[in-house]
Amino acid sequence: MARKEVYSGSIQRIEVMDTDDEEDFPWIEEEEYRELYRQMMLARKFDEKAFSLQRRGEISTYAPHKGQEAAQIGAMFALEEKDWMVPSFRETAAFIARGAPLDQVFQRWMGDANGQAGLSEINTLPVAIPVGTQNLHTAGIGMAMEKKGDENVVLGFTGDGSTSQGDFNESLNFSGVYNAHSIFFVQNNQYAISLPREKQTKSETIAQKALAFGIEGIQVDGNDLLAVIKAVEEALEKARKGEPVLIEAETYRLEDHTTSDDSTRYRDEEEVEKWKEKDPLKRFREYLKEHGIWNEELEEFESEAEEKIDDAAEKAMDADNPDIEELFDYVYGDNPKLIEKQKQQWIERSEKDD
Amino acid sequence: MTEKMNIVEAINAALHDEMEADEDVIVYGEDVGEDGGVFRATKKLQEDFGEDRCFSSPLAESGIAGTAVGMSLYGFNPVVEMQFSGFSYVAFHQIKEHASRFRMRSRGDYTAPITVRAPYGGGISALEHHQESPETIFTQTKGIHTVIPSTPQDAYSLLRKSIQKDDPVMFLEPKKTYRAFKEEVDREKEVELNDCRVAQEGNDLTLISWGAMIPLAEEAAEEVEASIEIIDVRTIHPNDYDEIIGSVEKTGRAAILHEDSKTSGMGGEIAAKIQEDAILHMEAPIERITAPDVPYPLYTLEDEYMPDKDQVVRGVKNALDF
Repeated sequence: MARKEVYSGSIQRIEVMDTDDEEDFPWIEEEEYRELYRQMMLARKFDEKAFSLQRRGEISTYAPHKGQEAAQIGAMFALEEKDWMVPSFRETAAFIARGAPLDQVFQRWMGDANGQAGLSEINTLPVAIPVGTQNLHTAGIGMAMEKKGDENVVLGFTGDGSTSQGDFNESLNFSGVYNAHSIFFVQNNQYAISLPREKQTKSETIAQKALAFGIEGIQVDGNDLLAVIKAVEEALEKARKGEPVLIEAETYRLEDHTTSDDSTRYRDEEEVEKWKEKDPLKRFREYLKEHGIWNEELEEFESEAEEKIDDAAEKAMDADNPDIEELFDYVYGDNPKLIEKQKQQWIERSEKDD
Repeated sequence: MTEKMNIVEAINAALHDEMEADEDVIVYGEDVGEDGGVFRATKKLQEDFGEDRCFSSPLAESGIAGTAVGMSLYGFNPVVEMQFSGFSYVAFHQIKEHASRFRMRSRGDYTAPITVRAPYGGGISALEHHQESPETIFTQTKGIHTVIPSTPQDAYSLLRKSIQKDDPVMFLEPKKTYRAFKEEVDREKEVELNDCRVAQEGNDLTLISWGAMIPLAEEAAEEVEASIEIIDVRTIHPNDYDEIIGSVEKTGRAAILHEDSKTSGMGGEIAAKIQEDAILHMEAPIERITAPDVPYPLYTLEDEYMPDKDQVVRGVKNALDF
């Protein structure tokens, strides 16, 4: 009998902010550090506002991102304009960082698809709700970039729960086989609604799932904004050349899964408190103070952010509801006769109702 | 200029001509590359257009459909193959929840105009899952076209039109009649989606069918001593069935033939449509000749399961004699 090792692999983890490594500062312009903080604050305020609007009945269901701002905003900071972003459904902070108009982001949460119109201008896809299935779009877009010979990248978000889905695994497989320009950015926020990470998979890390598909996997402290930027920058360099990467960003959802969820049923206060100490916004503020970047203007930005968010929410609430025609207008390129006839019937019916 | 082709040759020709006309058309799926597909529908495409544009993919139907959605969002026009329609259900999610909805959810900003080809249908003594007729599942999916050709000309022209459409299309191919007959195919002829074809004119009864059942309908029509009009539905949905309504207003009698099972088969939908629009013209109840409401069996029982000529003749006579 012969027995020899035919494969071995390992997974590394990137951390920056707590390492005090002098080489890690400064990486970027001072003003960029401040802009990152402003984006995180805007995203935090959006979350709070959306939560209160849900309670007032202006939004039916909202999926908060509180605690995950560093993961989302760090990833978006590293992308260039020519790169693409594929969201799942909790990526509101990423949409904000990507430059989606705030009122439109509210509008979509208020149930109007017009909030997702125009996203192609920022190479960003609309929200995908069925968990993990959007990863195949991340793979397909990355395959297309390779086929066209373009030097851009697509970064797709997904979550820890989604890594159990077949589509997630098929995405990594296709990306590997076809040298897709794809980065799969897993926000491991420790829970898929109620199911804790350790019951989702026996895999010790999510990053190592990449290895079976012949692509690179890396873990990063997802609450460490600078570590996320570093991980994505490294991944971008590879993905631009057709080497896909899986990034596992370890983070925590500080709020409920959605406004319809009660997370006290499945996780204890002590655990949540522990993660609150790692709140990415708080951590980054302390980092900026330690490195002499914090200033009066940032101190005051919180109220400015609140105002911006309030204005955007007002604008979204003032927007007219879509007309009945719109039910029929974005189904086919040219409506078949059947759909056109139904459109007229439904319009007439609605006029009779008025 | 025309050429004699059978259905599978017509499909191959349509793929070839679209790849030639539009460099964003790419063809992939299981074994479609070097092998040319298990039915040879993609024969020689890799040789003619290179591995970059026609390639065999990993064995994962959802992966095939989902990456096609992604590639189409980036500007490609993918035509992907499900090796058998019975294996398309793992891809169903990508077709129903994503391909069909991108235009709606982005207000026309993004579209996913993929064409998903799948051989469908029974009567060929194949293994389990290789013989199903799943068109109604796809007609329940809004935002796509579900197309089934029955002739080489329609297979050619409808596939080209499906690929050209800026919408997703489920293109189901009648594999029982892939090589059953040849006809002259005009490569210049355009055929629009979303309407029916009058396959045979007649005055006494309208026999409505599609795909591999059309030749059976024609055989049965010859057996009865009456003038039968045969309507080939060819785009199963969306279709306003104008040609069907026009025909039954003339004949006053209708029979619907399909190899899908009876309940929730398209026969029920078409009968309801006739009832809504033409009931006062009807002189007899509408006959449905279909498979029973049981799973497609292993093949020793398939002759009992599939509609046959005697059943069609009996159904037609019932409606004529009422």
